[in-house]
Amino acid sequence: MSTPIETDVVIVGAGPVGLFAVFELGLYDLKCHLIDILDRPGGQCAELYPEKPIYDIPAWPEISGQALVDRLMEQIAPFKPEFHFNRMVSGFRKLENGRFEVETDEGELLHCHAVVIAAGGGSFQPKRPPVPGIEAYEGTSVFYSVRRMEEFRGQDLLIVGGGDSALDWTLNLQPVAKSVTLVHRRPDFRAAPDSVNKMFAMREEGKITFQVGQVTGLKGENGQLSAATVKGPDGDVEIACTRMLPFFGLTMKLGPIADWGLNQHENLISVDTEKFETSIPGVFAIGDINWYPGKLKLILSGFHEAALMTQAVARIAHPDQKMVFQYTTSSTSLQKKLGVQ
Amino acid sequence: MTKITLVAFDGTRFDIDAVNGSTVMENAIRNSVPGIEAECGGACACATCHVYVDEQWSDVVGSPEPMEEDMLDFAFDVRPTSRLSCQIKVRDELDGLVVHVPERQA
Repeated sequence: MSTPIETDVVIVGAGPVGLFAVFELGLYDLKCHLIDILDRPGGQCAELYPEKPIYDIPAWPEISGQALVDRLMEQIAPFKPEFHFNRMVSGFRKLENGRFEVETDEGELLHCHAVVIAAGGGSFQPKRPPVPGIEAYEGTSVFYSVRRMEEFRGQDLLIVGGGDSALDWTLNLQPVAKSVTLVHRRPDFRAAPDSVNKMFAMREEGKITFQVGQVTGLKGENGQLSAATVKGPDGDVEIACTRMLPFFGLTMKLGPIADWGLNQHENLISVDTEKFETSIPGVFAIGDINWYPGKLKLILSGFHEAALMTQAVARIAHPDQKMVFQYTTSSTSLQKKLGVQ
Repeated sequence: MTKITLVAFDGTRFDIDAVNGSTVMENAIRNSVPGIEAECGGACACATCHVYVDEQWSDVVGSPEPMEEDMLDFAFDVRPTSRLSCQIKVRDELDGLVVHVPERQA
């Protein structure tokens, strides 16, 4: 076990609402660590619609998802938030001293006064392709990511998908695997044109096979895959394979937070509308992940929730301090924190 | 008003008076048609409002734009008549349109 990181607040989720919470908490001198399953900030804005315009951010008649994230990162920079990307929260417990311990799936421990869940629609996880019985092969023959290329050495590999992940791994694993078959439902790809050209070149050289179609069934025993049935334009084809890498994009799941014992309402976390606190005191939920009567899943609602949550967290972190409400426009002490004084 | 019909996977027909300019997905959600999830709310970012356009209508409805075609890669059992219902806008020519909901969304 690593030495715990001591901080004020752990924010689960680095989407727009989690990022703005850093700003609000920062005004009250509360230092934040953020944990996110993605490899960069922005959550759904960055993953689902970076280039699509948003029209309901106050004072921004039109802003793209990525531009909103970039602006938020700029706005919170003075508070020096620390990010833990490619991580999922795996453990959570209350410590005897009243603080909380949050554990990541990489074994890091963080100790904090308060936990803020700003996890949006949940954590992004690879989508399981709709192939009957695929569960039986997961973890033994079917993998959704490549942790170590060596695991595919000497295997008959079936890669499914038409995006960058599918193409990149086709190119990278070809020298390692015994054989590589790429299956995609059409001859057009979403991947970088350069990768697509390289893939077709490899096919010309006979190094890989490309099959148009959709995987409809798997064959094997005891989790050991032996073949896949692919429905192609000319009917069913059986492809011998011992490992399969499906790349069907990401979906959102609440994940281990579902097991924290928080009161829920249809897979959302119930909170009050004064502090946006969950049924566990000291644990807050803001943004799309929470529910209260009248809840609207809007980014601007999440921003409001972050501001009110901060009032409650500041009282927990500094119980003896008088809370002074100040405006950033006029308060010299806030401006000092923002680095504009 | 334009009349459109969504046929759920179990065969239940939903005959809907749709406003021109609205999407087939929006009408499905408003009328609680089972099997249309529309997780992303119509941003063409999730492929959970996948439908099969009735063969008689596929020419009139037209084919998907490249972005929608990309997103269809994530749908289950994609066929030549597959479309994402959030990308089909209701218009006069679609009066009588029939679309079928697949067995499941991805």
